[in-house]
Amino acid sequence: MTGSILRLAAIRLLVVLLCTAMLAPIAIVVIASFSGDGYLKFPPDSLSLRWYLRFLGDPRWLAALWNSFLVAAMTCLLATALGFLAAYAMARGHFSFRRAITALLLMPLIVPHVVTAIAMYFLSARLGLIGVRPWIAVAHSVVALPVVLVILQSALKTVDPNLERAAMIFGCTRAGVFRRVVLPLALPGLVSAMLFSFLTSFDELVISLFLAGIRAETLPVRIWNSLLLEVEPTIAAVSALLIGVTCLALLAEWAVRQARERSATATR
Amino acid sequence: MPLRHFAKWALIAPALALLLLLFITPIGWFIAESLAELGSASEVWLEAKAVLGSRAILGAILNTNGIALTVTLMVLAIGYPLSYALSRARGLAFSLVLICVVIPYFTSVIVRTYAWMVILGRNGLINQVLLGLGLAREPADLLYNRTGVIIGMTYVLLPYMVLTLYAAMKAVDPRLLQAAEGMGAGPLTVFAKVFLPLTLHGVTAGALIVFILALGFFITPALMGGPGDVMMAMLIEREIELSQNWPVAALMTIVLLAITLLLYAVYARFADRTEEGFAR
Amino acid sequence: MREEGFAGVRLERVSKAYGPETVVREISLAIPQGEFFTLLGPSGSGKTTTLSMIAGFTLPSQGSIHIDGRDATRAPPRARGLGMVFQNYAIFPHLDVFGNVAFPLTVRKVPKAEVARRVAEALAMVKLTGLEKRFARQLSGGQQQRVALARAIVGQPRVVLMDEPLGALDKNLRYHMQVEIKEISRRLGMTVVYVTHDQEEALTMSDRIAIMDRGRIAQMGPPREVYERPESAFVAKFLGEANLIRARRRDGALRGAGAARFEVAADRPGLAEGQVFVRPEKVRLLPEGAAPAANQVAGTVRHTAFLGNVVRYEVTLPEGEVMLCDATNASGTVLRQPGEPVGLAWNAADALLLEG
Repeated sequence: MTGSILRLAAIRLLVVLLCTAMLAPIAIVVIASFSGDGYLKFPPDSLSLRWYLRFLGDPRWLAALWNSFLVAAMTCLLATALGFLAAYAMARGHFSFRRAITALLLMPLIVPHVVTAIAMYFLSARLGLIGVRPWIAVAHSVVALPVVLVILQSALKTVDPNLERAAMIFGCTRAGVFRRVVLPLALPGLVSAMLFSFLTSFDELVISLFLAGIRAETLPVRIWNSLLLEVEPTIAAVSALLIGVTCLALLAEWAVRQARERSATATR
Repeated sequence: MPLRHFAKWALIAPALALLLLLFITPIGWFIAESLAELGSASEVWLEAKAVLGSRAILGAILNTNGIALTVTLMVLAIGYPLSYALSRARGLAFSLVLICVVIPYFTSVIVRTYAWMVILGRNGLINQVLLGLGLAREPADLLYNRTGVIIGMTYVLLPYMVLTLYAAMKAVDPRLLQAAEGMGAGPLTVFAKVFLPLTLHGVTAGALIVFILALGFFITPALMGGPGDVMMAMLIEREIELSQNWPVAALMTIVLLAITLLLYAVYARFADRTEEGFAR
Repeated sequence: MREEGFAGVRLERVSKAYGPETVVREISLAIPQGEFFTLLGPSGSGKTTTLSMIAGFTLPSQGSIHIDGRDATRAPPRARGLGMVFQNYAIFPHLDVFGNVAFPLTVRKVPKAEVARRVAEALAMVKLTGLEKRFARQLSGGQQQRVALARAIVGQPRVVLMDEPLGALDKNLRYHMQVEIKEISRRLGMTVVYVTHDQEEALTMSDRIAIMDRGRIAQMGPPREVYERPESAFVAKFLGEANLIRARRRDGALRGAGAARFEVAADRPGLAEGQVFVRPEKVRLLPEGAAPAANQVAGTVRHTAFLGNVVRYEVTLPEGEVMLCDATNASGTVLRQPGEPVGLAWNAADALLLEG
């Protein structure tokens, strides 16, 4: 009896330790970003916003932030649009090479990003598209597409095909079915897909590294370039910002799901 | 309403076109044209033998596999209990453990790598603790060597393992465990004879996916590793960024792609089988 | 193109093939306006595919479909002017009851006031008034069924299709809904094409039944006719319990394996052998053993099943064949026990000779 209690306590302790270890690095970066010291030290001797101010006062950092945002926004729209159409086709169509198509669509997750990035660089250099932001977004869409597909396929799986048949027989065109039935029912999945494709692009480094040139440096590229020189605390501030965006996106996704569940169980 | 032949292809065409034009074609083109620089097929073959036989590249291939294997084992050792806790936890505890896994998972790889650079650096948290407690006289070298690479990559890849294992563990019917207990099995026996075999497919799937991703890793080893920790992806990048040596980069890419896709095929087959076999 | 003379649904030599597999073979039928018509068959018999072609979800490989005198073979579902009740109801989960029932009207841009009036009418007809603001997940199975029904009739279609609409309900509720659907369809004068695999449901509700088997219509007719006058062993067995006794023509008379002699209604002298068909409830239990008369056999009770209003006996004939006899549990009935010798008899008018 005491043995099993001890074992339980030991497992709990282990889990708490592991969880702390998972979250600690992120917490440390956030705390370090508020350091008042001249160089990076943890824990900081004093607290201040100086590194945030330096970040906000540096046009190169600000330009990188803007580039990142712009590219991520475009990626989010493109990847979600293409992914939604493909996920719908996969959910409703019978494909004879279904497994091969799925494997192909998920491939960008598996192939090392360095390989993808170099191949895209090879192509883009020839087309003179290095440093063009919409083009970087198109490239990011390649790696965001599998993420979108996985989310939307599981979202569309819950939409009964008979609902679409019902809409058709009661007077809807294909477009009407889409607008009146498919879209409202797939909305939570669509929101998730948009958030995660945005994050995928916002955090992407390797492809941007090759395609951004000097003109379209994104935030992760700027971090990379600074890290190669020195571990300066401005990076901590930028990293904290990226962490903030991630947490915000996760929170938004959670909120959408909660709202959905609440309406599903309302007045039971 | 099933889609007609034309409609389904029209819907999936844009996505396939994107992958074909920006993914498949560029990879094929880059490899083909880079190798064409070398001349005829026999010349390519000679160069391939020379390149793949060279110590630097052989070393990188061995390094890559060694690091990937170590990281996979580390991730498995840490991920298994964590996933177990996640699959068992309810309510607030579940949310807390999930948050601890999911937030790092969706945080930029470069930010996560940077975080460990802050922790492991000469002035970092760990060295300060070691010095402060008098456990070390001078800062330990935790960064820019194999230790740093392994720690960083383990951290970055852990969520993939946890989420895969969690799915497998969640699918285990708790009544099976109760039945085993009811028949007089102790906790260790239940674990070894029932729970572990039922989650083994998750272990294999998770280990494969982590190993595949580790093989192609670039950011973390490039920032946290030392001169002795060059991995294949880094080598490919250097051949292009520093020496503009496209043919060698192409040859390395072929090797890296071949290993990756081979393992992916194994993974895909395996994932398919487990889906059928364990579907409820 | 309006054809004169036929309002209703007409299928002409309609076939459907998926690759090498033909699921519907050359079906022709004509359902006049106002008829309650049922497609009955086991799964895989092609009944659902046939309904799907009438609805326009599936295009026929061959043949033509006419609805209300118009050629609708290739018309999209929305242009066919149909109502439909789906298996598992297909209630839109993002719309409330009002939104669901109003759907066919709002899609067709009917003015708001009229939508409200007609939805209220439809809901009153299915007895759901007052539940307009509920969502599907807040309704019971029976209520969801009623919403689906209201949605199918609100547009006042002349033809309503129903695909196993009662399959998900329990037995009691099923019976009530059967009565209600039948009543509404009669009141509105709708043509109903009803698909089910439940023969009891088909017999209760239909004006006419088409029994389908492997893509073909095995037999078509009013319930009593197909039940009592099956044209094949398949139809006989699918519509309920059936006694089928091997018989061979000897010396101009039909004889069983033993000495038994059979007489049937509408004999087919051309058939040298076949199966004599008679329903269990048409078989009488004789007080004593069988006399050596036509349509009388002797046997031993093998099993007695007390079903309440009916007692079902399984009787083994000397030749090894087993016959069923359903005796009503009338006042003063004495149950025969297994092992007892009994005689069975039936009228020639209730027996048929079937091929096979």
